[in-house]
Order: sequence, then structure tokens, then C-alpha cells
Amino acid sequence: MKQKEKATPPRWATRFLHWYCRPRLLEDLEGDLNEYFERNVQQKGARKARLIYAIDVIKFLRPYTIRKIEFFNIFIHWIMIGSYLKTSRRSLVRNKLFSLINIIGLAVSMSVGLLVISIVTDFYSYDDFQGKKNRTYRVITKTLEKGQTSDLKLASTSVEVGEKIREAIPAVEDVTIIRREFSGDVKVGDATFPLQATYADNSFLKIFTFPLLKGDVTTALKNPNSLVLTEKTAKKMFGNAEPLGKAVQVDTVSFVVTGVAKDIPALSHIDFDALVSFSTLDGNHTDSDLHSWANIWSNYVYVTFPGKVDPATIQPALDRLSVQENKTLPNRKVWVSLQPVGEIIMAGSLSNNVGPAVDPITVWILGGLALVIILSACFNYTNLSIARSMRRSREVGIRKIIGAQKSHVLGQFIAESVIIALLALVFSFALFLVLRKQFLGLDKNIPELLTLDISFKTIILFILLAAVTGIIAGFLPAVFFSKINALVVMKDASSLKIFRRIGIRKALIVTQFTLSLIFIAATVVGYTQYKGFLSFDLGFTTDNIVNIKLKGNNGALVAKELSQIPAVKGISKSMMVTSLGSIHGTGLKYHGDSAVVWLNTVDEHYLPLHDHKFVAGKNFQLRPGKGKESEIIVNQQVLKRFNIANRNAEKALGEIVDVGGIKLVIVGVLKDFHYGTLENKIEPVIFRYSAEPESFLNVKIASKDLPATLANIKTVWQKLDKVHELDARFYDEQIEAAYGQFSMMIKVIGFIAFLAICIASLGLFGMVVFTTETKLKEISIRKVLGASETGLVFLLCKGFLALLLISALIALPATYFFFDKVLLTRFVYHQPISLTEMLGGAFIVMLLAFLLIGSQTMKAARNNPAKVLKSD
Amino acid sequence: MKGANLGEFEELVLLTIASLASEAYSVAICDELEKFSGRSAKLGVVHSVLNRLEEKGLAKSRLGDATSTRGGKRKRYYEVSHTGKVALLKAKEIRENIWRNIPGFNLEGSI
Repeated sequence: MKQKEKATPPRWATRFLHWYCRPRLLEDLEGDLNEYFERNVQQKGARKARLIYAIDVIKFLRPYTIRKIEFFNIFIHWIMIGSYLKTSRRSLVRNKLFSLINIIGLAVSMSVGLLVISIVTDFYSYDDFQGKKNRTYRVITKTLEKGQTSDLKLASTSVEVGEKIREAIPAVEDVTIIRREFSGDVKVGDATFPLQATYADNSFLKIFTFPLLKGDVTTALKNPNSLVLTEKTAKKMFGNAEPLGKAVQVDTVSFVVTGVAKDIPALSHIDFDALVSFSTLDGNHTDSDLHSWANIWSNYVYVTFPGKVDPATIQPALDRLSVQENKTLPNRKVWVSLQPVGEIIMAGSLSNNVGPAVDPITVWILGGLALVIILSACFNYTNLSIARSMRRSREVGIRKIIGAQKSHVLGQFIAESVIIALLALVFSFALFLVLRKQFLGLDKNIPELLTLDISFKTIILFILLAAVTGIIAGFLPAVFFSKINALVVMKDASSLKIFRRIGIRKALIVTQFTLSLIFIAATVVGYTQYKGFLSFDLGFTTDNIVNIKLKGNNGALVAKELSQIPAVKGISKSMMVTSLGSIHGTGLKYHGDSAVVWLNTVDEHYLPLHDHKFVAGKNFQLRPGKGKESEIIVNQQVLKRFNIANRNAEKALGEIVDVGGIKLVIVGVLKDFHYGTLENKIEPVIFRYSAEPESFLNVKIASKDLPATLANIKTVWQKLDKVHELDARFYDEQIEAAYGQFSMMIKVIGFIAFLAICIASLGLFGMVVFTTETKLKEISIRKVLGASETGLVFLLCKGFLALLLISALIALPATYFFFDKVLLTRFVYHQPISLTEMLGGAFIVMLLAFLLIGSQTMKAARNNPAKVLKSD
Repeated sequence: MKGANLGEFEELVLLTIASLASEAYSVAICDELEKFSGRSAKLGVVHSVLNRLEEKGLAKSRLGDATSTRGGKRKRYYEVSHTGKVALLKAKEIRENIWRNIPGFNLEGSI
């Protein structure tokens, strides 16, 4: 008999039965199943009986047993909304502190969510203004050079693809070819303007929606030497005069303005100031290579189809074309494929890309950060609601006695939390407007990338976010309340086991603080690393050096004029600025061994000006003319790579190496320095001499008053070059900009950390207030019995402190390992992670939490026990 | 009208209800059917037939008292309603009429 009682039917099956079965049929059906079950236990054993039971439950799922949807139930919800609103409002007003904590927390966290939503919406609405967006495709390229192992993926392609794709794929509706890198100085009357433009063929304006304000779309780019300006460019060049039909001189060639296009919308991956007809290229271009299959570096081809197509179905035809054309190339293989225009932004980075490229992972990270913050605020709501459940359990009890069902109570509390979330949305929208302005100001690239405009779509998403947040926040409390047993609460509300849920609540607090600590530690470590990058000893000095882009001006002339400024201590010329991430490679041969080394071409002042350290030898001695150079200076890595003179710097002097067919004598060996950023290892670098290297002037200034000196430099520049703006920047600032992404990330993470800490602290504060309030009587009695104040504070604090300690123990090692094993492995050279600073960050958070806990418990402990106990 | 005629299995179930008198509930009906017909009667089938009979108004049901068996769930007892009795008698009459019309098959003779 006892054995029989032990065997019970599977609980899930019974639950399932309860869920679907009509109430009228349920009882006897369950009874029947039980009877059979008991019989089967006797005959076939418990295990088989359970299986049969489960199968039977599923078998009984038939039309006549399934519960009808109770429209009446939904109807009741509808009627009761008024009542829910009323009780929610009352409860909000009655507990001002808790309401405030909840609304502030949700508002702050959702404002981050709103920002992320508008960012992501912007990414996804790129090129939406294009009428043919859904059926336009870009031809992209994959290429593999002979002797290399990894292929290169390019957004650009060859002109030939654009010419042959119609033959290969008859279904194509239209093709357009564009080419970057038209640049020149435009002369309009007496004035001169620098112009960067894009070559585009006649189909361009048909495929893309860039409407012409003036001119004819069908012919604007047809004839050679036609020029289509955007409204903005036209205004700059011609002011209010009519530009259409005007002839302008670009360098030596004459162009006719054939159209004025409306300014390009912000969210467009194609951007141009002006278009030049593609036929111009064939007229002037001497490069016979232009139409070759291998010329894949700066041309872009777009095709449209009559309808949406699957790129995979087109691919075989493109592959045939690639195979056929690859036969003509000896050293290179090129494959082309189609990419939908809608996917360009989110496709991650391709080389030679036009417009912004967003790695999908960025979107995930942004979404993840917002989610963490919002969840943290939801935890506050959940925690405080459950903790306060005792005070509202009677209301629920009465509702249940009057006839509310579980689902009604569930609905009520979810509705309440959604209402609160919507209320918070109003505040968070205001916060979002502030945040948006800050975010757009964070980096000068951001306004070019995003507009963050509010549209109908984003508003809907905002409301959706608030609703979902409300549901998440209110779910656990709602479930909790719906399970309340009406009779038990009515008899004695305190018998409700609110502290049974303490495990969940503790876990939520620990999660919140762990996340906050991870963020703060990440910020601190990131910041020290970033500062470390800026102050890193690069192997040469960058102090007070201003790098000026020459923009085609005569370097010697500008240098001569600048040297008149008293504050200028020295001027050198170079081909490029090192340590900023840009690199310039060239081949070097030594005794039959050859490899790529990094190159900078400089004049004789460069090395002393930057204080490069010589291990052996000295600066360039000869001052040869162009093409007659014979000296080279290398770094130690070159000796190591080619094993020149057994890596002995002194003996390496006088050795001869071959760079691009020219024999050069090593006259100096430099101590290793950072040519690339700190992400890269130090590699072989050579310096070649030129009296007039292009591109940059490096000006060392000794002035205390730097802005005034810069102003002087500007005056000199404006005298020499009236067309181009001065581009002069401090070396240190350039280095800072090279790590700008890093600094932006720190700002974002720091901000998130700040929010996370605020929200977690708010929640902790609420919990402490609640606990001390409920324990007030206990405290008073203890006090009467002789407990000391410090003892009481300790008693109240220790639970919370333990939680904080646990979070610290999880968070700090996690952050350390994340930085040590994941993030900083990207950087070959970095500072060690400073433990003291990391602990310092955590300590501040702990201190804040401790102050919160301490102040409240102190208040409770100082209460006069007589007053508390009297009132009862 | 939907349920004017009795199906064969419906008739059997209804007869069983009648024969079980006051002890007619689903499991007992299943057992009884198995005993009489010799073939197994699945609870699922019987349950849906009982439900249909009640819908047609041929049977009535009431819940019994709770017992400690069956997990404390009450049994639903069935009895044949007036229309049910009429339908059973009618079915029997039809059969007998047809039997009688079979020539050379004398019921009174030995089999």
C-alpha cells in the first residue's frame, strides 16, 4: 500500500492536463487517469505507468476536451483597467521613495536604451531614400596576389566588370560605374576652390535617387567634361548666380556644369561634392590600364535588377566571368560577387570602402551595454516590489476573495509595472535628448555617421522598449502576487513568507554590483592604459612639434617663411608622420635576401629634430639631388632581420643594401622606435634622404604661448596658399587622435559605469531602507535589552556587506582576466595592469555603498526605542 | 437533427450504462465492455463517446462523492436518460423487425 502511494503520475503531465482541459471535464478525467495509473503501477511497474499516463494525457488533447478561450476573462481585464490604474497611482503616491527610485532608475537606464535604438535604427535606415534600394547591388571583389596566402576583400572592382556584366547576366536592368579620386583646383572667375569629385557614368543618376534641381537626368553625365555639382558646392562656387551651363576651369581642363543635384541626405553610403562624367576619363586618361581586369582599386560598380534577386543565383554567372578573365592575368586572381546595397553599412570593413562600415559586433556591444543597464533598473523594481509585497498582499487577498483569478492578479501587476515604465519613458525621453547632444559631440566623426533623428519608427520602438522593460521588471512580482493564498493573507499578512524569496533578491543585488564593479574597474584600467599609450616612450620626442600638411606647396619656401617666426626653433620635412598608424612599405634587398621594410623619407633636420637616438653612425652627410641619393639609415630591427654584420651596429656601417634598385650605404643605425602604433611590434624601418620630401613639415616651436605661435603660422600660410586651409596639428594631439577610438570607448564605458553604479546604489538604498524599517521593532527591543549602537549597525550591515564582498570577488578577477587575456593581447606594448588602481575603483564603489547602508542603519539604531515601542 | 440515430459503439456503451445501473462511471464501463465484447475498450474512445451521448441528451451524468482512491478525484456517474431509453428500444425494435423478416431463420428453433 505504501509503495503504491510513492508512485505518482508525472507532475508536468498533470499540469499540462490542468492547463488545457475544460474545467467541467477535468475532475473525473483526472480521476480516471489516476485510477488507470494506479492499476498500471500494480501490473506493469511505476515507470511504465508514468509513461502511459503521460501518453494518455497527450492523447486526450482533443477538440472536445480543450478549454475554450474565455473572452469573459479578457473582458474583465478591460473593465478593471480603471481600477488597476487607480490602485497603481495610490501605491505610487503612498511610497514616494520607492516610486522615485524605480522611476529614476528606469528613466536613466531607458535613456541609454533609447540612444542605442536610435543609433541602430540609423544604421539600418542607411540608403533608405534610394528608390531602388531593394534591387540595387554593388559588385565587390576578392583578390589573391601570386605568392600570398590570404586574399584581400575589396569594396571596389574593375571597370571591366561593369562593362561585361550585362553580357554575363542578361537579367541586369542597369549598370553604373563610378570612380573616386578626381581632384583639382576649380577656377571660377578669379576665385579658386579645391575640389574632390567622383567620376560617374550616365546611368548613375538613374540608378540612385539623387534628384537634380537643375539639368537633365538623362544627359547630365553623358558628354565628356560634364560636371554635376551638389547644391552646397554650387552655392560655394557661384553664390547666387546661375551655375547651369557655366564653363569652369579645373587645373588645365575646361568643364561645363550640366546639373545641380540636391544635397546628399546624411544617411547615404555614397557621398560626393561633385560628379564628373565618366566619359571624361577616356578622353584624358593616358592610363591604358583603366579597362583592365586587374585594375580593381578605385572603381565601384552598381547594378539594378527588375526585381529583388538572390545573389547566390547570380553567382555562377559571375564565377564564369571571373574564371574567363583571370586567364589574362599572370600574377593575380580576381573574383567578383554581388552585395545588396542594404547590407553595405553592416557588412563590416572591406578595403577601399566608401562610406561608413559598421561591424555588426558594435551593434551587439551597444545593445548589450544598454541591456545590462536596463536589466539593472529592472532588478531594482523587482527587488523592491517583492520586498514590499507584505503591504499589498491584503489588497491582492481581497481581490481574490471577490473573484479575481490568478491571471487577473498577474495582469494587474504587469499592467502596473508597464504603466510605471511608460511614465519613466517620459523622463527618459528628456534625458535622451540631452544624451544625444552629448553623444554627437563625443567625436567629430559621429555627426557624419549618424543623425539620430526621431522618426515615427523610433517612437514606436521607444514605446515598445518601455513596454518590454515594464513586463520584465514586473514579471517576478506579478507571479509572486498571483500565487498568494487569499485566506492565508487575510488571516495574518505577516505569515506571508516574503523572506523565502531572499535568495533571488540577494542574487539580483550581487549581479548588479558585480556589473557595476566590472564597469568601473574596466574604466579605470582602460584609462590608465590609454594614458600609458599617450605617454609611452616611442623612442623619439614629439614635444611641441607641429606637423603641417603641405598640400602641394613648395616645402622649402614654406619652411623659409615659417623660420622667420621667432618662436620656431627648427623645421624638418618628411614624407609621413610616424606612430599614428599609417605605414609605408618598400622592398629591401641584402645579399640576396629580400623583405618588406617600413619607410620614411626625410631631410637632414628630421632625425635631430625628433631626437632619434643613434646606436652607431650619424645623420645623413651628403646633400644629393633627386635620384642621386646614396645613404640610408636603418633601425636595429633591420640588422636583426637581415643579419647584417652579425647584428653589430658599428660594423654594419658601410654595408650596402638595395632599395628599389638603388644601392645605398648604411651611414647610421637608430635605436628601435615605434613606427606603427603600440598595437604592432617594432619592425624593420629605414630612413631615406630627400632634400624635398613631399607632404609634411615638422615644426618645432619653443613658445610658452602656443596658440599665438599657431596663429602666426596660420598668417604665414594664408599668405602663401590662398586656396587650401592650413592643416597644422600638434604631434601629441595627433597621437591622441590615433588612439581616439580607445578614448571614446573609455568615455562610453565610464558613462555606463557611472549609470550602473547610480542605479545599483539606488536599489541598495531602497533595500536598506526597507530592511531597517521592517526591523525597527527588533532593533528597539535589542536596544532596550542593552545592545550598543555599533553592534546594531554591524548587525544590520553585515548581510549587505557580505553581498558587496561577493560581487567584488567575482568582478575584479573577471575584469583582470578580460583585460589581461583578451583585450590587451591586441597591444604588443602596454603598461602592466595596475592592481592598486583597480582596487581603488572598487573601493570607491564600496565606500559609496557603505555610506548608504551606514547612514540608514545608523538612523535606525539611534531611534529612541521608547517611541517605537510605545506606538504599538 | 444531429443525434437521432445511435451508432453501434454508442449503443453498446449506452447498454452497458444501463446494465451497470448505479455503478456506471467511465472506468467501470470500459471494464464491462471488455468483459462483454472481448475486445479492449480504450478509455479515450469511451470517454469521448460518453461525452457525445451526454451532448445528444441520451445519457445524464452527476459527480459522485470523493474517495481516497483516484487521487481524491470524484467519479462521474452516468445513467440512461428517457430519450436514451427510447433510442435503445427503437434500435432493438428495428433489429427485431429485420430479424423477423429473414426467411428460414427461426429464432424459436434450436441453433
